[in-house]
Amino acid sequence: MLKYTEDHEWLRADGDEITVGITSHASEQLGDVVFIELPEEGREVEAGEEIVVIESVKAASDITAPVAGVVTAVNGDLADNPGNVNDDPMAAWFFRIKPAGDNPLDGFMDEAAYNELIG
Amino acid sequence: MTNELRRTGLHGLHLEHGARMVPFAGWEMPVQYKMGVMAEHLHTRARAGLFDVSHMGQVLVHPRDGKLETAALALERLIPAAVLGLPEGRQRYGLFTNDQGGILDDLMFANRGDHYLLVVNAACAEQDIAHLQGLDDVEIRPVTDRGLIALQGPEAVTVLARMIPETSEMKFMDSRILDWGGIEVWVSRSGYTGEDGFEISVPDDSLREFAEAALAFEEVAPIGLGARDSLRLEAGMPLYGHDMDETVTPAEAGLAWSIQKTRRNGGEREGGFPGAARILAELESGPASTRRGLRPEGRAPIREGVEIFAAESGGDAIGIVSSGGFGPSVGEPVAMARLDPDIPDGATVYAELRGKRIAVTVTALPFVTPSYKR
Repeated sequence: MLKYTEDHEWLRADGDEITVGITSHASEQLGDVVFIELPEEGREVEAGEEIVVIESVKAASDITAPVAGVVTAVNGDLADNPGNVNDDPMAAWFFRIKPAGDNPLDGFMDEAAYNELIG
Repeated sequence: MTNELRRTGLHGLHLEHGARMVPFAGWEMPVQYKMGVMAEHLHTRARAGLFDVSHMGQVLVHPRDGKLETAALALERLIPAAVLGLPEGRQRYGLFTNDQGGILDDLMFANRGDHYLLVVNAACAEQDIAHLQGLDDVEIRPVTDRGLIALQGPEAVTVLARMIPETSEMKFMDSRILDWGGIEVWVSRSGYTGEDGFEISVPDDSLREFAEAALAFEEVAPIGLGARDSLRLEAGMPLYGHDMDETVTPAEAGLAWSIQKTRRNGGEREGGFPGAARILAELESGPASTRRGLRPEGRAPIREGVEIFAAESGGDAIGIVSSGGFGPSVGEPVAMARLDPDIPDGATVYAELRGKRIAVTVTALPFVTPSYKR
């Protein structure tokens, strides 16, 4: 089941890890993505820390770590093909994180709540 | 504030085409349509794009004594370019300068037989008109009942010739008054994309009809300001307020070419425009910095405001990016900054991006080869 952040990230539980991407709403707002800088695997991050840079034809923006933890994997293919974020945002994951705390997805929005947020 | 924004005659059409509207120079303008900036940019380079540029200022300059020469010489008091000598039916690029040698605006002016037609930037239009009204032997008539459409791209001529056959005979920078089904349109073969194309001034009450007629051809797609910016950036064209302003001289802006010999030191009509002493001296001695192209390594765009350094670490900034972004046709990021002219093309400098310095190659402009019909 997917959860969503107020920063328009989608979060998917994969075993004891969380996979993170951005929503189609976010990808539409960004416009054509031309550059993505991913964090290093193994990096320890705090919740809210800016760990991905996304540059679109319009502007630069960030993706933050939704929870504290360790980055266990990054989608290197995405850095080579940043346009995949526009083509299929739900498939274009950015990184996986092993959360430091328990029940990490509690408190994030479900799909209904997210749809309400974006109106 | 939003309700004070002006709307062009194509506002409804933009919305019907799914435009995202943004405030721009006091106007509500389309930044992109459903296609998106990248596809719009590439469409313009491959086929033909229709741009609403009705926010730009159109101004007629009539000589009070009926002699065109009077108007030419009056304009030369404000513009360093040669206005006199521009043949009838031709258009030229020029600048308004200030007493310090800075640039107040850039413009196009066209000789229309008994008067000149000027096209100026939207953000500067009011100020430019006031500036022109300071000339005493010309009558300044702002055009308030026309919009302006740019049709740009390799297939622009194919499309426009179906609507107005005479346009196919026009050459780059020709300017003519033509007829479109009984409507008087003012057409110039020029633009702001590096592509062949036209700019067409159409009466407000026919503007939408004209745009729809052009958009009905399968070659043509509506293009927003986002792609207009990336197209002009790749074409190495400066944008007023970014690559030049009232503190930047023509030579620093890389626009020395817009001052013809006859207005330079030793020329027949040397000087006589604001800032002439500094501007003309600098044309001979060379400016301390001038606009150059930058090609960053990798795919991260370097945008306006990013500082440029000579070395990979330490030292003071040697320049600031004045325009930059991703060049969809180049397939890589491109940017412009004013740098020491002694730095050779091909030299490596460094842009500081998010605390890291990335290698950047200094290049000549433009980044893409223009395809004007000369």
